[in-house]
Amino acid sequence: MEVAMDDQLQSAATAMHERFGAEIHRYADDTSLIAAHDRNVELLTALRDEFRFEMLVAVTAVDYWPQVTPRFHVLYILYSMQHNSTLLVRIPLDGNMPHLRTVEGVYPSANWYEREVYDMFGVTFVGHSDLRRILMPKDWQGHPLRKDYPLGYEEVSFTFNYDEIDLRKPLAKE
Amino acid sequence: MTDSNLVRPEELDGMSHLVSERALRGETMLLNMGPQHPSTHGVLRLLLELDGEIVVNCIPDIGFLHTGIEKTMESKIYNKALVCTDRMDYLNPLGNNLVYSLAVEKLVGLDVPPRAQVLRVLLAELTRIGSHLLWLGTSALDLAAMSVFLYGMREREIILDIFEMISGQRMMTSYIRPGGVWRDVPAEFEAAVRNFLEVMPRRLDEYESLLTHNALFLERTVDIGKICTEECIRWGITGPAIRATGLPYDLRKARPYSGYETYDFDIPTAEGCDVYGRYLVRVQEIRESLKIVRQALDKLPYGPVQSSNRKFVPPPRSEIGVSMESLIHHFKLWTEGYHAPAEGVYVAIESPRGELGFYVEGNGGPKPQRVFYRGPSFANLQIMPILTRKHFVADVVGIIGSIDIVLGDTDR
Amino acid sequence: MGIEQKTGNLGVVTTTLQNVVNWSRTNSMWPMLFGLACCAIEMMGAQASNYDMSRFGMELMRPSPRQSDLMIVAGRVSRKMAPVLRQLYDQMPDPKWVIAMGDCASCSGIFNNYAVVQGVDEIVPVDVYIAGCPPRPEGLIHGIITLHEKVKQENLKKWK
Repeated sequence: MEVAMDDQLQSAATAMHERFGAEIHRYADDTSLIAAHDRNVELLTALRDEFRFEMLVAVTAVDYWPQVTPRFHVLYILYSMQHNSTLLVRIPLDGNMPHLRTVEGVYPSANWYEREVYDMFGVTFVGHSDLRRILMPKDWQGHPLRKDYPLGYEEVSFTFNYDEIDLRKPLAKE
Repeated sequence: MTDSNLVRPEELDGMSHLVSERALRGETMLLNMGPQHPSTHGVLRLLLELDGEIVVNCIPDIGFLHTGIEKTMESKIYNKALVCTDRMDYLNPLGNNLVYSLAVEKLVGLDVPPRAQVLRVLLAELTRIGSHLLWLGTSALDLAAMSVFLYGMREREIILDIFEMISGQRMMTSYIRPGGVWRDVPAEFEAAVRNFLEVMPRRLDEYESLLTHNALFLERTVDIGKICTEECIRWGITGPAIRATGLPYDLRKARPYSGYETYDFDIPTAEGCDVYGRYLVRVQEIRESLKIVRQALDKLPYGPVQSSNRKFVPPPRSEIGVSMESLIHHFKLWTEGYHAPAEGVYVAIESPRGELGFYVEGNGGPKPQRVFYRGPSFANLQIMPILTRKHFVADVVGIIGSIDIVLGDTDR
Repeated sequence: MGIEQKTGNLGVVTTTLQNVVNWSRTNSMWPMLFGLACCAIEMMGAQASNYDMSRFGMELMRPSPRQSDLMIVAGRVSRKMAPVLRQLYDQMPDPKWVIAMGDCASCSGIFNNYAVVQGVDEIVPVDVYIAGCPPRPEGLIHGIITLHEKVKQENLKKWK
């Protein structure tokens, strides 16, 4: 399944490896860089300015609970319109309440995506202009997409627990 | 100025830092549009700051349709998680199935037979036409053109009938699955699609005669909600919004999937960068989609519609009765599911609204570690403050319509 | 009784006040335009040319809760939307009815998770549940006609 990396992607990945010590990982035809969290802004700035990754497609995160070091990976998906290539940048973060510098200054579209990651995973973006919950109500407790957050389902109704479930629906008419 | 004009910051749901000083002093007006509003295309709340009738600032507040779909998908095996994808962008259900299937296929290395590839393209394009028709109807309705809505929904029913014919469901078909499609199309399918291809171009001319040169429509759309190409790229805007700025960026050409490189079609663009440009692009896209559907129907090859890799695709019912191995495969696939490697893949397709991406990461087990859905509406909605600035409040409605947001896509 | 015989063909009908009130309520039941998710698209389909709900006197969708009698909860209700839904319900004038359209509104359907209210009957009283994900437009029309049957049986004195 190994597909040849195109030259521009190759040179970008190599440069990032040399300059920031980013690890290059390939699977199928996706290239991802695994970089340290303290220089994420510089890395993305270099990718944008020197290697023409002008579009930030998305920012998201992955939770590896119960593993703690690293517990989270923050993932930036970049796209270069000029060279027609996609690059994934992963930033491993340790601990349960991680912090990361915002990349809003590099890519303005990161604004809402970082808010979403904050809302869903509890990763705090330092320097973000408007770090509020975006999808959940503002008084919500917890961060739903964390693996230690329960899915919170209602159990299937049987005769033994029918009354218990029915209590939660006081307005259901006959 | 009386005290009653003063806005108390605690009334603003934690958004007081986003409005200007003038609004807090009561000099400009703060108006809530939504979450229940007839022309917000879903449950979107916009906090508008108005100076007279002019929009000074527009603050979108989303999440009223947050369904926890990603979390639900992470708790299901790969085959069963597919059902959730239909309900994300509910105007593009087959496109969502397609991109999820492509991502899972890329993750586990699964092949798709040629007939299924062509069927996928055909159905994805029919979905695109259906979505654009609904967009055309509702956004014209927002600008008070009622008849286009009635006409558009009429043609959309033909497409829904085709979906019902192939899958038994009108909207949430779950028809495209990892490894191919659910089952082969029935014998009447071709005639139904040919009938649609026959009818649709004339009907499209009819819509255009109602809108394209309509002075009232032009007045409401030309030079409204402008944004340039550079801004679009900076903000991650894709789809008809970026093509209306003159940039022919379409993932079907840029990064072809499912064999789109073998079809002959153009990427419509417009120069206006405005609401009218987005309208022109979408209408032209319907015509291009019709071209693709026709080509796909002409070259639809015979053969299987599902991969024969029994480790990932359940065997047909006929085999289960005669082969013990098939029975075991069936049982394993629907109880435990298949295992995917601990790797992440990102796949994107061109949905009617823009780049629709799926990031799927496995963990070596039968359930995904992370499923992330990159909805185009999420990025497109983010620029509402830029698009609406210094426009009349009546134009906000037209601008929301023109970026064609689906709240199921934004909030998931 | 007997007044019909006396007046002959003068067009007089006698009935109870309750029948008249219920009849008029069923024939001008204005639903509130309250689309939430996928079901809202089918609700639009039900109003559009092919299914045309106006055949049954139920086409006039009102954007404002204060002018409507019937709330069709079309789609999944998230925890963030729930207070809004209840507020809109409270703003509707009596008598009012609620239809839970689709599986999500009835029992949260396939979304058995943290974000979705597990059936809209946790927050508002529901009169008719319509099954389907999403229900066909015929299903919605059937649901409203079922509600009409119910309203025709209502006892006037029971309304506060």
